[in-house]
Amino acid sequence: MTKPEKTQYLLLFRHPQNEAEPSPEEMQKIFGKWMDWMKGMKAQGIYVGGDRLDDAGKVVKEPRGVSVTDGPYAESKEILGGYIVVEADSLDRAAVIAQGCPGLGYGTVVEVRPIEKLPHI
Amino acid sequence: MAILARRFGPENLALAEDVVQDALLKAMQTWPFTGVPDNPSAWILQTARNRAIDHLRRSRQWQSKEPMAAGVVEDGLVSALRALTPRFEDEIQDSQLRLMFVCCHPGLPADAQVALTLKVLGGFGEREIAAAFLAHESAIAKRLVRARQFLREEKISTELPRPDELAPRLAAVHQALYLMFNEGYKASQGSSLLREDLCAEAIRLGELVASFFDQSHASHALLALMYFNAARLPARTDPTGNILLLLEQDRASWDRTKISRGLAHLTASAGSPQVNRFHLEAGIAACHALAPNAAATDWEQILDLYDQLLRVDPSPVAAVNRAVAVAKVRGAAAGLQALATMADRQAVEAYSPLHVVSGQLWLDHGQPAKAVRSFRRAWELATLEVEREHLARRIAAAEKACELSP
Repeated sequence: MTKPEKTQYLLLFRHPQNEAEPSPEEMQKIFGKWMDWMKGMKAQGIYVGGDRLDDAGKVVKEPRGVSVTDGPYAESKEILGGYIVVEADSLDRAAVIAQGCPGLGYGTVVEVRPIEKLPHI
Repeated sequence: MAILARRFGPENLALAEDVVQDALLKAMQTWPFTGVPDNPSAWILQTARNRAIDHLRRSRQWQSKEPMAAGVVEDGLVSALRALTPRFEDEIQDSQLRLMFVCCHPGLPADAQVALTLKVLGGFGEREIAAAFLAHESAIAKRLVRARQFLREEKISTELPRPDELAPRLAAVHQALYLMFNEGYKASQGSSLLREDLCAEAIRLGELVASFFDQSHASHALLALMYFNAARLPARTDPTGNILLLLEQDRASWDRTKISRGLAHLTASAGSPQVNRFHLEAGIAACHALAPNAAATDWEQILDLYDQLLRVDPSPVAAVNRAVAVAKVRGAAAGLQALATMADRQAVEAYSPLHVVSGQLWLDHGQPAKAVRSFRRAWELATLEVEREHLARRIAAAEKACELSP
């Protein structure tokens, strides 16, 4: 019997655009905690990858030539700050991992989505 | 920042600062998703450099009427920056040494020289510089703006100044390193008492200066002073970060290697025609570092050194510390008397250690009520959480003493 392969989950970090910015000291503190959180995930071997997403972006909703909106989700007033891919046994476990995010409580919202691995033929 | 400033010239110091700020911001936005890179400072430098190139490219296009010529200039600049990478370590050392002496330009007021050095080489914020000078943040900000303006307007060269120009600047370089070390020895903000990274950086830069000016007695004295004090850093807090007083410290955990480095530099500093404050402060630090236990501390020798120190440099901060030595040698009443009659006391009224010392002396003198008042004042003025916790304990102990005494 082979061990079942762990599923990868996409953690999407959204920040509301109009939230008051934390003070530099607070920012420093959150950043420090965030680095500890990352270090912990890397040490456990559950961090697969991730990156920051630039603030620039376009939203495409209509067929070519009809409508392209500037800005990422300009309507919903939130910014996709970045993404992280982690490995976990279940969606619930992945959600627990996401709950460790130090940005929570400062307006950050984390969306957790399983990455479905279908056979690529 | 030193490397960038040298490459762009100090008149572009503001640009170098801006791009470093930008790069730090970028790091704070990116590292949450990628983790800290293996070589964070190289990451920051590379990002800052890219920003600087972008910026110069843009400004040259806007300003130049001859885009062709601008292109040539820009190509030269870009290749110069790229060529930098392989010579990383050497370049860093060299440019830091240069920049220290550029910041300490005699055309600037002495305090501005030191403030600029702390900002550029120590990465100090305005608040930390203000704490180092017992001054207001706004005054420091103004000082820095004027200093930068001066460097820009005078188009000060980033080349190492001529040998005959160096000696007069050395004193300000020493002062900046002393204050950098001091901020590490007792931080003015943040969550921990010590910032060992700053102490280590001040020592590293001090070694750089001393190896360049091998004949400078003062450079060696400053290094000796820093080594002796750094030797005691590991013993100054308990495992949970609480403050331990000299009496409570485990002397076995003092760093013997640092103490012997301190002695070596103290020896190299001897033979100077004039004794300066670093010699005397190194002597005081040596007395503590070499005492096998607290009881064996040679306080008479220390008091003698403080007396000399005040003659060379009548600083009220030194006078506060001298009062401790006075009390050890002649009793608490004499110590209190020394505090009461010290010169320029006004300048240290808002300096927390003054009130800590006075609190301890009142307690030793059997007047716990006055001790409570002093410790409370110190508590109000303390900037660190660990300091406040420590002082809260001493306030509680002094209050208990009040209850016991009639």
